[in-house]
Amino acid sequence: MSRHDRIPAFDIQIVDTAERYPCPAEESLLHAMERLGRRGIPAGCRGGGCGVCKVEILAGEVVSARMSRAHVDDAERAAGRVLACRSYPRSNVSLRVVGAMRKGFTRHGPR
Amino acid sequence: MSQKDVLRPGHVGVRVMDLDEAVRHYTGHVGLIETGRDREGRVYLKAWDEYDWFSLVLREADESGMDFMGFKVRDAGALVRLERALAAFGCRVERIPAGELEHCGERVRFDSPTGHHFELYAEKDFYGNEVGTTNPEAFVDTVGGMAANRFDHCLLYGTDLDGSVRLFREVLGFDLAEQVVDGETLVGAFLSCSNKAHDIAFIRHDEPGRLHHVSFLLDSWEEVLRAADIMSKYGISIDIGPTRHGITRGKTIYFFDPSGNRNEVFAGGSTWYPDHPTITWTADSLGKAIFYHDRVLNENFLAVVT
Repeated sequence: MSRHDRIPAFDIQIVDTAERYPCPAEESLLHAMERLGRRGIPAGCRGGGCGVCKVEILAGEVVSARMSRAHVDDAERAAGRVLACRSYPRSNVSLRVVGAMRKGFTRHGPR
Repeated sequence: MSQKDVLRPGHVGVRVMDLDEAVRHYTGHVGLIETGRDREGRVYLKAWDEYDWFSLVLREADESGMDFMGFKVRDAGALVRLERALAAFGCRVERIPAGELEHCGERVRFDSPTGHHFELYAEKDFYGNEVGTTNPEAFVDTVGGMAANRFDHCLLYGTDLDGSVRLFREVLGFDLAEQVVDGETLVGAFLSCSNKAHDIAFIRHDEPGRLHHVSFLLDSWEEVLRAADIMSKYGISIDIGPTRHGITRGKTIYFFDPSGNRNEVFAGGSTWYPDHPTITWTADSLGKAIFYHDRVLNENFLAVVT
């Protein structure tokens, strides 16, 4: 393969929004979505630390780099939940969004 | 008292999930200098214009966030005085022996109503800055990336904001330089122990003990723009900026380390004097208070914490 050939990409489907986009094996699910200007998975720190981009893999395979255990514990890993910013596809993937942006600051005082 | 017991922010302990990746970020990109590693594998770093041995301690862990933030106090007498006052306030106070962090003297560790751990220390070994103290050069070209001058402050998110503000004002002698209020409720507090606009800041949040960002000082707006160039060139996750804050008036850009801990590099900012009135920002103008140019609330900036 010459360096001008297109890198083969897997087909990623976000079931919540029916969004589809291509993601090469060496790019994270979140990075490919953001780079293409697509939406659906909320983006936070992009480093596996904040948990905002948590998704559940419904079909297909991903490999994940280190993710904060505060946001993905063993039980969640076993249930197919990963952070999209640290997960790389190994096949076509279908996923649903689990994470969400939390409320930024609380306005209520002490109770 | 013309001279306060608490001198300045001295160090911050940050958890990272991949130590090597983090060291590459903080040295190669932020431009800090690695000054040592200890038997537990912790890495010590400092900025080029800092004199003491370290201002950032990285520890590999399975989650990111802040372990502790430390302030340097005047002398051993101040350490004893403050230790007593912290205990009287109701903090859980613990003495950590000298050398537990390498090159650092005895530390007084305490918890806080927002769920963060802080510590005070009077002594840390002198390492020296990169230009010396006799006829020094005005800048360095021997450190990488953004070449941050110093660790400047942290912004922390936590539950009992009123409690931590009381702790810092009444026990540690900080001034409330700026505040954000929603009606009668304090939402954000920017506290100074110096004549900087802030040495620590807190935002009220529904979880305790969270880190919003660790901030490093740059010299100028041009350096903030150059920091942005470095972020784009090396694919560093940018949160927001370059822009300017209404609060503190700093010119700023926010980004994330490889474990998702938010960093800031900034330049400028207002001067605080102890006789100045507290500046108040109201919740209905919060967009402009936080980002003076965008003038809208940014969900990511407000909500993403480690």
